[in-house]
Amino acid sequence: MLQGTLDMLILQTLLLGPAHGHTIAHVIGRRSEDVLQVEHGSLYPALHRLEDRGWIASFWGTSDNNRKARYYRLTPAGRKQLNVETSRWERMVRAISGVLRPVED
Amino acid sequence: MSWRRFIRRAWWQRERAREIESYLEIETAENIARGMTREEAESRARSKLGNRTLIQEEIYRMNTMQWLEGTWQDLRHTARILYLSPGFALVAILSLALGTGANTAIFQLVDAVRLRSLPVHDPQQLVEVRIAGGNNGMGLNSGLYGHLTRPIFEELRKSNRPLDQLFAWSPDEVRVGRGNDLRRANGVSVSGNFFSALGIQAVRGRTLLAEDESACPAARAVVSYSYWQNEMEGRELDSATGLVVNGEFKQVIGVAPPNFTGLAVGQQFDVAIPFCRPRELRRDVFDITVMGRLRPRQSLERATAELGSMSAGIMEATVPSGYSQKTLAGYKRFRLAGKAASGGVSWLRETYNSSLLLLLGITGMVLLIACANLANLMLARASVRQHEMAIRLALGASRARLIRLLVTESALIAAMGTALGAILAQIVSRLVVWSLSTTTNAIYLPTQLDWRVLLFTAGVGALTCILFGLVPAFRGTRGKAITAMKSGGRGMTAGRESFSLQRTMVVAQISICLVLLAGAVLFVRTFRNLMRFDPGMREAGVTVAFIGFQQSHLPPERYEWFKRQLVDEVRATPGIRQAAITSMIPLLGGSWTHGIHLGAQEGWSKFAWVSPGYFETMNIPLVAGRKFSESDTEVSPRVAIVNRTFVRKYFGNADPLGKTLRTVAEPNYPATTYEIIGVIADTKYANVRDDIPPMTFAPASQLPPKQGWVAIMIHSDLAPAAAMATVKGALIRKHPEMIVTGLDFKRTIQDGFARERLMAVLSGLFGALAAILAMVGLYGLISYMVARRRGEVGIRMALGAQRQQVIGMFLGDATRLVAAGLAIGTLVSLVAMRGAASLLFGLKSYDPLTLVAACALLGGVASLASFLPARRASKLDPMITLREE
Repeated sequence: MLQGTLDMLILQTLLLGPAHGHTIAHVIGRRSEDVLQVEHGSLYPALHRLEDRGWIASFWGTSDNNRKARYYRLTPAGRKQLNVETSRWERMVRAISGVLRPVED
Repeated sequence: MSWRRFIRRAWWQRERAREIESYLEIETAENIARGMTREEAESRARSKLGNRTLIQEEIYRMNTMQWLEGTWQDLRHTARILYLSPGFALVAILSLALGTGANTAIFQLVDAVRLRSLPVHDPQQLVEVRIAGGNNGMGLNSGLYGHLTRPIFEELRKSNRPLDQLFAWSPDEVRVGRGNDLRRANGVSVSGNFFSALGIQAVRGRTLLAEDESACPAARAVVSYSYWQNEMEGRELDSATGLVVNGEFKQVIGVAPPNFTGLAVGQQFDVAIPFCRPRELRRDVFDITVMGRLRPRQSLERATAELGSMSAGIMEATVPSGYSQKTLAGYKRFRLAGKAASGGVSWLRETYNSSLLLLLGITGMVLLIACANLANLMLARASVRQHEMAIRLALGASRARLIRLLVTESALIAAMGTALGAILAQIVSRLVVWSLSTTTNAIYLPTQLDWRVLLFTAGVGALTCILFGLVPAFRGTRGKAITAMKSGGRGMTAGRESFSLQRTMVVAQISICLVLLAGAVLFVRTFRNLMRFDPGMREAGVTVAFIGFQQSHLPPERYEWFKRQLVDEVRATPGIRQAAITSMIPLLGGSWTHGIHLGAQEGWSKFAWVSPGYFETMNIPLVAGRKFSESDTEVSPRVAIVNRTFVRKYFGNADPLGKTLRTVAEPNYPATTYEIIGVIADTKYANVRDDIPPMTFAPASQLPPKQGWVAIMIHSDLAPAAAMATVKGALIRKHPEMIVTGLDFKRTIQDGFARERLMAVLSGLFGALAAILAMVGLYGLISYMVARRRGEVGIRMALGAQRQQVIGMFLGDATRLVAAGLAIGTLVSLVAMRGAASLLFGLKSYDPLTLVAACALLGGVASLASFLPARRASKLDPMITLREE
């Protein structure tokens, strides 16, 4: 996965509402139709980093099947950061697709 | 990275572990729901998560601060290493503590006495006015700070040139209280503008003003903050607050701020009293210090030039009467000059200047020895650790990381040494101030810990550690680590050249140490010579009583009768053997000179007026003629007794008895002719250091001026304090209005040797410490050589070498080092001690006995310091050492 995109994907996932680590990993996998396979372990350092920067906040809650799990939600700062990262990503994609456009004679 | 997270990293660690645990549980549950067995579900969940340890480590790293963690690790590691080699740590830390402590302590004192500016407004503008070259002992010179007379000050003040805000002061010991409850206090008489010119504000009430200078007696006083706190319990002032000073009531109108203790360095004032105007100011009493401020853009040189050009007029206007024409001509030639006074005036500075600088030099040398010790220790350790460094490098430590480790080690040693040094500095500077203070002259010197010097010396020490620890540690590791590992400290023999740096340093240490020891021996012997010196008169068991009876309201013509009465009363007190009056107490620094004529011959002599019994009291033998008797009275012919030096100087071999001498006129002392009736043996005069001057004694009853006080020398079997108490009790019972004080004659004389005591105590202390350091250095070097040559010793012994031969091998080496050190040290001492010649008494700076003693002392200790490790070498078991190889 591209450097820095994991953070964006996590923030985007949390836009739908609070979720715990397990859910986040599965949602990313499912929504990318299993193209983006997140190594579930690498998720936790990323969550730790995002929380440290104040983009997400965490609390302990109960999962669907009645287990204790740490839930994350987006903070206002995180919402802003998501905008920044999304627009940067879109610029990048446009730029790359521009380069990749078939050459016209 | 955040501090909050760093501090709570252990909590976060647990939190993340729980979170990962919960992930595994959820995943396992889902896997079981998909139909897996429990074990399979768990193992699939774990493999989906990935390496759990790596994840946690990554999070941990995020939470830590790398450099902080590393430093903490280094510190713990270093502390452990130092703990494992306590000998090394102890010597290194103590060496450094000694070097930093001694230097800081002495520098603090130099700073307090010489460099620090007064706590007053713009001290750099202050200029003291003095007579260039002094007044040649003319008139009455009182105290340590008397340079000008009041009339000269008045003339200067009137002219209002060349200095601004001229003010004057004169320290004066006063007695506060009444009757039997009299306390000595440091008084200071000041011009009214004293405080305002210095820019000092009162913390209570007000300071003195120009209007407070009134006709005598002065009515007001200002006290120092400490006096107010200690003697007046810090009570708020009101119009009734006052002190009885020398029998006169003064209203206390203000308290000076705590940081202002007066203008004399090392002396605190207690009570400041404004000048008062008597009917006539005496013109022959040089008892005040005059200061003023430079005007803007005025230089000290210009002020001095102006003072010089004004001098003739001022002297003409203030010329005293009653002197011979010759003396007066000399007076009119006096020239006034300015002297920078931003550091205040200081008798301490003038007396202790050379001593303190010398001590600073000595402590500098102690620092050198300490650093050489550190360097040697670090060198020895570093070469032992070459092997260790090689292994660390081989295991993947970066060079930078190792340097950091060694720097941390040096820094830790430096920090501990400095902390100890700071404590030591306080102890040493207290010791010095204590050793300078005497019963009659308490010295007040605030010495704050001087961080600049402490840090500077600590820095020198730390640099030494790093330089000598780091460089050799890496000397061997520059090439391949494996080579260093192979050869690391395991040679069968060690060549002499590999110790060359250490050997040089030990030689240097021993030579510096010899200089310090020789100096210490000189100063200790000087002090001993002074203490044991026989001044030619009785010192022990003598008490001096000062009795003021002005309050007794006797008519002056009854004074002589009353004084004789007092002496009789003292003699009648139980335990008192003998007592006599004198106008001049010998050996306490005072001096009383008169010009004399012997026929056509002109000369001078010291004078004292004494009562019958004086020579018995002081145990001074009469060598010719007769002593004074009760029949030598105010009205009988004037008679005198002279000392042998007087006879030698003015009569040569002729018989002086029956000859006459005539004194030169002075105020209150008209020219008088005395007949010489006796000759006494020579005694020392003002102090034991000076040569014996010609002396003349006349009967106390024939002293020209009538004085309302008297000094009585008392010889008693009782201890001086007890004798004084008895005499004082008896006199006060009969005459409660009298002021009676006393001092222990011998003790006061010995208090005068404070400087010599200081030099003896401190040079002895530093010399001993230097010797210990140098011996530790030598011991360390020989031990280290023994350790490095274990293999060689083993082989030698296996081949039949005797124990004595092994000992001899190392001792021979040590002896060469010590001999070289002693030789160099002797040469340096001979040169260095010439600078200290003025501080010595009763011996020369190139005193051979001193050098021999110092060499023998150092040589003796040195052979012990090298014998111990050498003997250890001889006790090695050859089989064990050879197997180790």
